Amino acid sequence: METMCYFKAKLIMTINKYLPTLSLLIFLAVWQGVASYLHSNTLPTPQVVAIVFWQAIVSGQLPYHLGATLLRLVVSFSISMLLGCAIGIVLGRNKALNAFFDNWLVIFLNVPALVTIILCYVWFGLVESAAILAVVINKLPNVIVTIREGTRALDTDLMDMARCYHFSKTKTLRHVILPQLQPFLMGATRSGLALIWKIILVVELLGRSNGMGYQLHLFFQMFDVASILAYTIAFVAVIQLIELLILKPLDKQALRWRR
Amino acid sequence: MTDVQITITNKTYPNALQPTIKDLQLSLTSNEFICLVGASGCGKTTLLNCLAGLDKQYDGEICVGQQHTTPKIGYIFQNPRLLPWRTVRENIELVLEPNQPPSVIDALLDFMQLTQAQHEYPERLSVGMNRRVAIIRAFAVNPDLLLMDEPFVSLDPPTARDVRRLLLQLWQQRPHTVLFVTHDLREAITLADRLIFLASTPMQVISDIVVPIPRMQRHDEAAIEGFRQQLLNDYPAIKQLL
Repeated sequence: METMCYFKAKLIMTINKYLPTLSLLIFLAVWQGVASYLHSNTLPTPQVVAIVFWQAIVSGQLPYHLGATLLRLVVSFSISMLLGCAIGIVLGRNKALNAFFDNWLVIFLNVPALVTIILCYVWFGLVESAAILAVVINKLPNVIVTIREGTRALDTDLMDMARCYHFSKTKTLRHVILPQLQPFLMGATRSGLALIWKIILVVELLGRSNGMGYQLHLFFQMFDVASILAYTIAFVAVIQLIELLILKPLDKQALRWRR
Repeated sequence: MTDVQITITNKTYPNALQPTIKDLQLSLTSNEFICLVGASGCGKTTLLNCLAGLDKQYDGEICVGQQHTTPKIGYIFQNPRLLPWRTVRENIELVLEPNQPPSVIDALLDFMQLTQAQHEYPERLSVGMNRRVAIIRAFAVNPDLLLMDEPFVSLDPPTARDVRRLLLQLWQQRPHTVLFVTHDLREAITLADRLIFLASTPMQVISDIVVPIPRMQRHDEAAIEGFRQQLLNDYPAIKQLL
């Protein structure tokens, strides 16, 4: 009886291990099935998409445009995170400043992304800096709000301890404040990546001559669904890589002190 | 040499009906171990926070040592207040001044029997160990004035006794002025040179009593208990406090 239970538990564990792969295979199978059944240009089979994907990589087109988009992502993401953290911490710690700027935040949070993009292009021209600025303006208020909430929840006991033992400003930031903000920083990073990706595409579609958004726009005009899907896969793969290679290790490193 | 003069004419929290501290005057002599004894909630922690410079919203004056120098204050809080994301050793290193050698920490860790645990994170250690780390941290700054706010409150009696003994040894090795808050009279008699009894709302001094038992005899339970009974008989007001 006991050995039965043991094997059952082991079986369930093995199944659990392969569940993610299984779900992916089922997804592909459903896609293949529907595409074969419809037999339409607007829904190519996985195989066609894979071929297009490979050709796009070999021709250098996909890496070039993906690279351009990634570069914009890195630049605008870094700017909004750095600025957002600084402003968020200040607003979280200073009631007067927060009362003053709260309305501004609400306004910027609620301006549609498309409006900021259009205005940036109209005011500053169809240039790279305008594109980056538009993305930053869209992302910044989110970071500020998240970090501000985190700063408000800072442990006063630990802050008092730091004050009592005469910690310098940088020491307090590095050893007392930032570790407490870590979950909020990770939250802002994840939601930020997701949001910025999407906004960058629109920015590129409206006013840039390279990048994923620009390419997708071309494919749309040609009704080239296979290419659109191939680019989407590249897109998802890159985000997954960032999650696996950068964010997950960061999470793990930050949690090492927990019980 | 660190004499401490405390004069707080009024400390009232915002939205409070009555002042927490009113017309309080205390003076502590250098290297004296003083226990403040009073009921919970009588404002002892408030007083320590004022002394540590954490609370500046009061009327009055607090002088620690010579004027125009910032005194070094070690504060052992009611809860250990260690940074959970730093190891035991890092927690202590953080409070050191740049010119202090790390050997200070080694000696203290060894003394408190924590050398084994120095690279562990606080959450993985027992409460008693965390308290010992907090004590080391306070001693590591070589304080002019050491503030202790019921530091043994959640420890089981044997652990509390051990840590208390270690604390006394450490203090005798490098004497400095200590202000120790407790509501445990027996603990206070074991540790202090002088007992100050405080009444609550507003906080004021009821009596100020020197403990006559020599340091050598402080481990003698009977002597402690005898003095405690004597205190309770001689000062009926104290009985109401505890």
